[in-house]
Amino acid sequence: MTSVAIPFTRRTARLRRRDHLRMALLALPALAIFVLFFGLPVLRLLFLSIAGGSLQWYARALKTPLYLDVFVLTFEIAAAVTVAALLIGYPVAYFLATTTRTWRAIGFLFVILPLWTSILVRTYAWMVLLGRNGVINKTLIGAGVIDQPLPLLYNFSGVLVGMVHVLLPYMVLPLYNAMRRVDPSLVQAAQGLGASPVMLLWRIYLPLTMNGIAAGSILVFILSLGFFITPALLGGGKVMMIAPLIQQQVGDLLDWNFAAALSALLLATTVAIYGLTQIWIERRQRGSP
Amino acid sequence: MTRLAAEPQRRSERIHIHATSEQRTLRSTLQGPRQQSASARLELCEIGKSYGPVIALDGVNLMVEPGELLTILGPSGSGKTTLLKVIAGFEIPETGAVLLRGDDVTLIPPAGRDVGMVFQNYALFPHMSVRGNVAFPLDMRRRPKPEIDARVRDVLSLVDLAGYEDRLPRQLSGGQQQRVALARAIVFEPLLLLLDEPFGALDRKLRDTMQLEVRRLQKRLAITTIFITHDQEEALVLSDRIAIMNRGRLEQVGQPAEIYNHPRNAFVADFVGESNILPGTVIDDRPGLVEIALDNGLRLEAAGELPRGARVGAMIRPERFVPAGNDPASYNRFRGTVTEIVYVGVSQKYRLRLESGPEILLRLPAGMTVRFPGVNEPFAVELAPQDVHLLHLD
Repeated sequence: MTSVAIPFTRRTARLRRRDHLRMALLALPALAIFVLFFGLPVLRLLFLSIAGGSLQWYARALKTPLYLDVFVLTFEIAAAVTVAALLIGYPVAYFLATTTRTWRAIGFLFVILPLWTSILVRTYAWMVLLGRNGVINKTLIGAGVIDQPLPLLYNFSGVLVGMVHVLLPYMVLPLYNAMRRVDPSLVQAAQGLGASPVMLLWRIYLPLTMNGIAAGSILVFILSLGFFITPALLGGGKVMMIAPLIQQQVGDLLDWNFAAALSALLLATTVAIYGLTQIWIERRQRGSP
Repeated sequence: MTRLAAEPQRRSERIHIHATSEQRTLRSTLQGPRQQSASARLELCEIGKSYGPVIALDGVNLMVEPGELLTILGPSGSGKTTLLKVIAGFEIPETGAVLLRGDDVTLIPPAGRDVGMVFQNYALFPHMSVRGNVAFPLDMRRRPKPEIDARVRDVLSLVDLAGYEDRLPRQLSGGQQQRVALARAIVFEPLLLLLDEPFGALDRKLRDTMQLEVRRLQKRLAITTIFITHDQEEALVLSDRIAIMNRGRLEQVGQPAEIYNHPRNAFVADFVGESNILPGTVIDDRPGLVEIALDNGLRLEAAGELPRGARVGAMIRPERFVPAGNDPASYNRFRGTVTEIVYVGVSQKYRLRLESGPEILLRLPAGMTVRFPGVNEPFAVELAPQDVHLLHLD
């Protein structure tokens, strides 16, 4: 038996090595495109930020309170967007995961549809809704609820509303995925053992969908950090986030080196956050609760 | 069959003797502040439920006595799972009522019913330790921490899992997972224990052990239990009574021996054990004995009282046949040719093609001294009138 088995396994090992090689070859074009159009520009940007071996642009970014404020505000908005998207997205995902097939299809249409619409169109639509003479203010004034238009646009809440709307699908989809994986009999078991709806959510459903919560939150948070169009338009220059600031440095002030330093800082924080959460998720999956 | 029936009985007696002292201490610790007996009577009155045009439950009536283990046995699609969901509270029936210890609980949600359930796939919470799983129902009832700890410890030693408190479900074997599920279902002293095909995923040997273990525990705690299965052998071994379910109705409810020996109709006879059902007409009736002309041309004497002309099905269990003696005049005699032989250890199964056409199934004990026929050889068997059970044919 062994005399047959050994050459066989050797042969399969050789075949497997050849498979690996072939796979690598197949991946080569994609890899080349990736390096050429993504890796190299990022590297070039990083070099720009330390042009001439100087760290002056980093020093400027980290020492000027104005720029630090932008960083802080960016994180605040990203955090607020993430929390809001989670609070709205969790029930939506739960509905999608537990409803009938027809309702799921209809619900998904509403979740996915925004992804197919241009982000510019969606942002301008919010401007129409939220502006001083926008639909909401006009309706409220017309109904006599208020007599001065509410400041809905060009502030924190305006940016928040627009960004949550755009980023909600990125929260809902991972959550939905996690919820579909929850065995319905676990929910029934918990109910049968005496769990109230609140306890069911707190003790069973939330812990079991924690990976989805983590995945969706990281995705939304990271996308929020580098978000450009929506904060640029809905913030109207009054709510400055990091991405519009970078654009301003490049587009208006032509300060490529400083823009590169800001970009590098953004990239570094993003990668750091991503890495830490990945470690956390892996620990959670491996270790005891 | 006699062997099968006798063994669990003997075993349970033995366990009962050495269980009494344990039982007392266990009850007192498990009981806590609640002092009344945990077991309750369950009554189902005219339960009806349909899904669109499909009638899942068609007026089910059933009474389960305190401390009894009743098995609901039926093929898949017979409505037994729906019935279980109605009892547990996951489904609300369209008609009828569920009474638990005399209280109408038909509309009460599962969380308010005090019913422990073991799911088919155990449904252990994967993110909680064994301790967390077993403590869950007590947590939900806001019991004080020391009481929870004591009860969890007691129930885990009861199911032989002491020392496994900190394991996660995925670190346990199938049998251990099932014990945790069982512990979790009984730790809060429910009024009723529901078992939904819990042994399906276990291998044969483990299944046999777990069946006896569950039965032992159930008796020791005297907890009213409903057991759902499609495995008739399992039902015969475990149950105080069996309810046979088919197409949303209960066909027959009775003790295992009664179900096996006196099935009410052809469905029950066919579903529980193997059987030959030969249609025929009563042509003569004497006190306690009727003569039947079978449709295949043979005559048969059977114990029973039925009017002449009645259409009947003669149900004969395969193991009731004996090789025919030398008296050629003996009455209930079947002659034919052997078409198939299956060796099943304790016995051999034969398929015999009768001279008049149809095939019958017989089962002869493997240790018999008579020379066994081979395939394509002629063979004759006979049968006492008491071994023919008559069914009404609709």
